[in-house]
Amino acid sequence: MLSTLPVKALGLTLCLALLLATTLASIALGQTAISFATVINALFNYDASQIEHIIVRANRLNRAVLAALVGSSLAIAGTLMQAMTRNGLASPSLLGINAGALFFVAMAFTFLSLTRLQDYIYIAFFGAAIAGLLVYSLGMTGSASRSPVSIVLAGAAITALFLAFTQGLLILNRESLEGILYWLGGSVAGKPLSSVIPFLPFYGIAIVGTALLVRQINLMMLDEDVARSLGQRVAVTRLALGVVIILLAGGAVALAGMIGFIGLIIPHLARGLFGRDHRWVLPSAALLGASLLLGADTLSRFIVPPQEVPVGALTALVGTPVFIAIARKRSPTL
Amino acid sequence: MTTHYLFRSASETLALAIHRQTFRRCLALLGLTLTLLLFYLCLGSTRIPPMDVLATLLSPETSEHRFVIQTLRLPRGLLALLVGAGLGVSGALLQQIVRNPLASPDIIGISDGAALGAVLFLAWLAGTVSLTWLPPVAIASAALTATVIYILAWTPGSTSAVAPIRLVLVGIALAAALKAVATLVLVMSPLSTTVQAYIWLTGTVYGAQWKDVTGLLPWTLCLIPVALLAARALTLLGMNDEQSRGLGLAVGHYRLLLLACSVGLAGSAVAFAGGMAFVGLMAPHLARRITGQTSTGLILGAGLTGACLVLLADLLGRVAFLPQDLPAGIFVSGVGAPFFIYLLYRRRS
Repeated sequence: MLSTLPVKALGLTLCLALLLATTLASIALGQTAISFATVINALFNYDASQIEHIIVRANRLNRAVLAALVGSSLAIAGTLMQAMTRNGLASPSLLGINAGALFFVAMAFTFLSLTRLQDYIYIAFFGAAIAGLLVYSLGMTGSASRSPVSIVLAGAAITALFLAFTQGLLILNRESLEGILYWLGGSVAGKPLSSVIPFLPFYGIAIVGTALLVRQINLMMLDEDVARSLGQRVAVTRLALGVVIILLAGGAVALAGMIGFIGLIIPHLARGLFGRDHRWVLPSAALLGASLLLGADTLSRFIVPPQEVPVGALTALVGTPVFIAIARKRSPTL
Repeated sequence: MTTHYLFRSASETLALAIHRQTFRRCLALLGLTLTLLLFYLCLGSTRIPPMDVLATLLSPETSEHRFVIQTLRLPRGLLALLVGAGLGVSGALLQQIVRNPLASPDIIGISDGAALGAVLFLAWLAGTVSLTWLPPVAIASAALTATVIYILAWTPGSTSAVAPIRLVLVGIALAAALKAVATLVLVMSPLSTTVQAYIWLTGTVYGAQWKDVTGLLPWTLCLIPVALLAARALTLLGMNDEQSRGLGLAVGHYRLLLLACSVGLAGSAVAFAGGMAFVGLMAPHLARRITGQTSTGLILGAGLTGACLVLLADLLGRVAFLPQDLPAGIFVSGVGAPFFIYLLYRRRS
């Protein structure tokens, strides 16, 4: 663990460097490898007659931006959820929030003829909020709150529920199955750069909200009673955190479908590096989450070329061993 | 012991005790199941009066309905019964072993293991290898998944080598990974396979034939009696490890044996009917209400209620949206998911 201030600052700088490196790699590598010089040229000195420049601008760049946004959103949402529940197994995908958003988007896709991505984002927020409320009220209130496993089981149940509904929906309406299946696996490919714009204001609100709440989060990590005796309004903080989590996780699903485990792994990594002070943990989690998804997305182009693997499957495969390692520890509480 | 019916082998190595009331209620459930089956055979795109159905069953040669009943509805209904019974008992065993009423083969990844095996088979081998190999592949991959869960949940040196909570957590993690891989395979395979595999994943007994029934029957007939004979151990496994060990139970051995039963039942059911979610969860809970808390009653009751659930779901799928024939899995989930929420809600207090 990094202890002194200069070392922590250096650590955060390295995270930033990692993000830059993975972004560059994500833009440069793929079916057509593009040299770094060309990438830089395409970004700052665009020439529409060169095919490599077009690939960078039309395909790789928007993909990288999307991956960075989604990755950091999921990582921050996961970190906040783990702090709020004081449970190392909490994350948007495991607690059913992704599945809730997915179901409502699938429903909108089938029954409403929405055309604007913005509408899907609102619907994803709604679904994420419903699932989040369900899981929270089932797993975190009453006597159930004493066992860290109960919220995970509640989450698994809610996930199963929404996935079953989604499956039923897609079977009733097979035409939409074809359109939606790839997205079900989680993917950041093939979206224009403009598709992230509707999400940006929410992303901004969530980041600012997180920054404002960081002291309260640190206190909540201690103990609810301690936080209350230090003058915290715990319920208000929780509500605010809930809104931030839903904005981030719901938006990520609307943009990229089911991408799991980033919200689980990255908080552990960030806390392992920076300890329990969320003034350091949260920014590093955002940087690392973005880097992880960028890296996974780059890797997904090389597994079965020329096809691309949905990146959600890849993160799940990376995430499972980490989850098992955490679950095997004596207690998953933080 | 006048309150129980006792069945013993000559050397008394095997024994089974059933409470009289439990026994009567199981009989009542059996009656309900058979009545449902009769309805199942009557209803459909052609309606057949119950008397004609019975006549066809008794003397098939002379009946005009022979094809509809003997070739179409009866095997499908029987397969639904067997699948439901297998999943119900599997869930009952699992809930007792991991001491958590929210566990079931589809939540801790065993069904997902079987489903992934089947999806891989459908995507890569279906053209070249006969479909009769699908069940063994699915069962083998369920067993493999369960083994991996068991090994990963293993911590040497502690008082209970495989803690139930860890089993559940590891299972949930693996379930997520297996689902992801299944989606991956679906996305990578051609579209015709995709739709076929996707429907199969939801759980359906559509197009069941007699060879499916005879393929699944041995599993059900072997494993449920084994579970019944180990019912006493199952009761003890529901306590904590120290207590059950203190009462003289070889905890590790019995947990492994019953877990193997549970996996075999779930794997074989998924192999023939796909990922029928929530049956393994719901059936034991209904059974506890109907046939009581004793292990024997639980196993029998869960088997029968599971069978009823799947049969009813498939009946709905067949007749509710005529002429469409919908997968039974949709209806099971439609009932099962709200039921699960209700369970979670009740557990809070």
